[in-house]
Amino acid sequence: MYDVMIIGAGVTGAAVAWKLAEYDIKTCVLEKCSDVCEGTSKANSAIIHAGYDAEPGSLKAKLNVRGNEMMDELCEDLDIPFKRIGSLVVCIYKDALPGLKELCERGEKNGVKGLKLLSREEALLAEPNLSDETQGALFAPSAGIICPFELNIAMAEIASMNGAEFKLNTEVQDIKKDNDGLFRIFTNNGEYKARYVVNAAGVYADVIHNMVSSGKMHITQRRGDYCLLDKQAGAYVNHVIFPQPTELGKGVLVAPTVHGNLIVGPTAIETEDKEGTATTAQGISELTQKAGNHVKNIPMNKVITSFAGLRAHEDNNDFIIEEVRDVPGFIDCAGIESPGLTSCPAIGEAVCDILKSRMNFKKKENIITKRKGVRRTEGLSTEEMNALIKENPAYGNVICRCESITEGEILDAIHRPLGARTLDGIKRRTRAGMGRCQAGFCMPRTMEILARELGLLYEDITKSGGDSNIVATRTKGR
Amino acid sequence: MKSYDIVIAGGGPAGLAAAVAAKEAGNDSILILERDKELGGILNQCIHNGFGLHTFREELTGPEYADRFKKKVSDLGIDYKLGTMVMDIAHDKTVTAMNREDGMFTIPAKAVILAMGCRERARGALNIPGFRPAGIFSAGCAQRLVNIEGYMPGKEVVILGSGDIGLIMARRMTLEGANVKVVAELMPYSGGLKRNIVQCLDDYGIPLKLSHTVVDIEGKEHIKAVTIAEVGPDRKPIPGTEERYTCDTLLLSCGLIPENELSVSAGIEMSSVTGGPIVNESLETNISGIFACGNVLHVHDLVDYVSEEAMRAGQNAVKFIKNGCREGSTAGAVEIVAESGARYTVPKTIDPGRMEDLLTVRFRVGDVYKDSYVSVYFDGERVVHTKKRIMSPGEMEQIVLKKDELIKRSNLKIITVKIEHE
Repeated sequence: MYDVMIIGAGVTGAAVAWKLAEYDIKTCVLEKCSDVCEGTSKANSAIIHAGYDAEPGSLKAKLNVRGNEMMDELCEDLDIPFKRIGSLVVCIYKDALPGLKELCERGEKNGVKGLKLLSREEALLAEPNLSDETQGALFAPSAGIICPFELNIAMAEIASMNGAEFKLNTEVQDIKKDNDGLFRIFTNNGEYKARYVVNAAGVYADVIHNMVSSGKMHITQRRGDYCLLDKQAGAYVNHVIFPQPTELGKGVLVAPTVHGNLIVGPTAIETEDKEGTATTAQGISELTQKAGNHVKNIPMNKVITSFAGLRAHEDNNDFIIEEVRDVPGFIDCAGIESPGLTSCPAIGEAVCDILKSRMNFKKKENIITKRKGVRRTEGLSTEEMNALIKENPAYGNVICRCESITEGEILDAIHRPLGARTLDGIKRRTRAGMGRCQAGFCMPRTMEILARELGLLYEDITKSGGDSNIVATRTKGR
Repeated sequence: MKSYDIVIAGGGPAGLAAAVAAKEAGNDSILILERDKELGGILNQCIHNGFGLHTFREELTGPEYADRFKKKVSDLGIDYKLGTMVMDIAHDKTVTAMNREDGMFTIPAKAVILAMGCRERARGALNIPGFRPAGIFSAGCAQRLVNIEGYMPGKEVVILGSGDIGLIMARRMTLEGANVKVVAELMPYSGGLKRNIVQCLDDYGIPLKLSHTVVDIEGKEHIKAVTIAEVGPDRKPIPGTEERYTCDTLLLSCGLIPENELSVSAGIEMSSVTGGPIVNESLETNISGIFACGNVLHVHDLVDYVSEEAMRAGQNAVKFIKNGCREGSTAGAVEIVAESGARYTVPKTIDPGRMEDLLTVRFRVGDVYKDSYVSVYFDGERVVHTKKRIMSPGEMEQIVLKKDELIKRSNLKIITVKIEHE
């Protein structure tokens, strides 16, 4: 029996767990995948938005600005990288300049600080690679870049250290509310009971909601294709560069990533397939062309990988964070598309507030509020490296040569709370395999470490759980 | 840390041959730094035969070929460190490396030989659309899993790209009981050796589809099928030509990229054609005393040529040190220009005064040429005109220049290498 059952371990579920685990209640998170951060949270623009896009008064506007304000302290506590590099919305048509001004005014209404309209000259001075057609830009100093994996994983780790349980590989198949007011949650791994349920199921939030409520919800998947470019192109722009927004979203952005690559994307292609994360040639060519409208000559020959993520767009075009009217005790966090990543800590707070008003819970004593991330070797001096290697020689053994990730870092990723169990789990916690060779060299070595440390057979090692096994059988005679 | 005259980054075929030649040329202070657990580099996983026909006049497997050089390294008492990653090579030839035992250390060297080899082009760089499931491997990664670790990635295989490793793996997977359904190649010609197409595909009835590429990958968790389509002269898929192949494994053999991150950060000038350093007749880069050889310099077709080139790099490093480590001068150097079908040459410049009596210049062609001529011009005068029955991008070509002929022409500025139809 749990007090609160959270469905989904993406950034939303992890943020809710991060907040709730501070209280003296029994919290559990169910996740259908083999790791946290496996859905929308792993495939997005990795941007902390300033908050000028959303309609004033909307939840998106409110939680975006609040989430943005929380981010410095949160990232400090979580020991994850965050850079407030600012964003530019670039206007390339003279007659669209009034739109830029409206965007600025909207931002001010939303409480975004430091917004500034730049002239063509000012914009080009700040970003020499903007389109020659640039007419002006809206500068938002509070926008930033972050690692979404680390944000998600770090919040989940703290939640776990504070006692929240995580049940991975556990897919919710049905939910019933009993006469005693308890929720019975049926999964592939048995049945769970809980007094409250938080629906943080991303693109499946409608499916989960519709299991219990007669007021039906519908989520449309908006697929976003992205290209990630080599670190050689990482400094091509210095800010997050957006075109002017449209009804379909914020458009194709060009931005440095917090790890020094360049990201270009997303497209906005509606699909009814909740697992439809396949990129298409058309999508990639569309994003290349669209990005080229506001940033010139992007070195697309430096692409190291492309991927697609699905934004969970709810028909009313706002976040839904509320107790479902006909199902008391069932709280939706639905329609969490952009700016969901930015808003997640504020969503965690909001859900906590809703539950606080229903349950009489108190803060636990001795809660953990800070964690140390995987100990990085990047940027360490020779003396620091040598001290580390002396303490643990595994830090002297480079496994991923593109990103210079050592065995020590991989061991850390495996042996921490909610540690890595798959190749992708290691990749998202350490960046091993995320460089230009995309694991061509380090995959067999990482498999060797996973097998040794977890006592796994090679045949059981997966890329990301499920059927994603890397090898099938032994060779003849072995 | 002990200091060394010559530090060699990489203990594969290039690094080993360079070390042996440097030692035999009289230098006793040589250190090889190798990141793997053993010397030999990629040869260790190349368990097929066909190595050494030029070097040893016999047919060896990759590990056997590597052993010949490993034995020499050990007989000659050359120092090496395994499990050691070179982290940085500075302009002043200070090498920083790291391993479990020594931690991070620096060695001020008099000469450095770059022998880091190359890596495979990954799926991401190919922009193949579709899902990103398990079951997609670069051919060399799969080769390691099969030949070193002893595991099969799958049983139903499609291969994209006809580079040599892909061709070798088509046969290897077949011998292990897998069904290799097709090899698709984007270009209208194979990037591999003719002999590998015959021995690895034709002999096993594996179809090679030229001017074809993968246009879709199915399977969310594990690969289930790929769609292959024919491409037009613009290399774009032709609608209506799609064919679906169910498979559990997709191997990629779509080109090799010299691994030059260390060279670039050292400030070495690079060729945009080869992806390797630009070198002179001594295989020396624009930084005096830093030499390059093997696949880090340009991707070779045969390891025998790697060994030969690396030995020259080793000898030249010793010569450089014997001559007092003087800065090279580019004055009087002759430039080699590759054009009309010849894509590049190694070396790029020649100082006739410093060159050996006979200098082999290697290059590759950009297309398939039948009954054409390799021509060499000395400042506009054609001095070589050799008919070749066939030349293809998968095989290296060479010309040999004679020192006395270059010395004779004291005003020679440019040597042009080109392919001519008549």
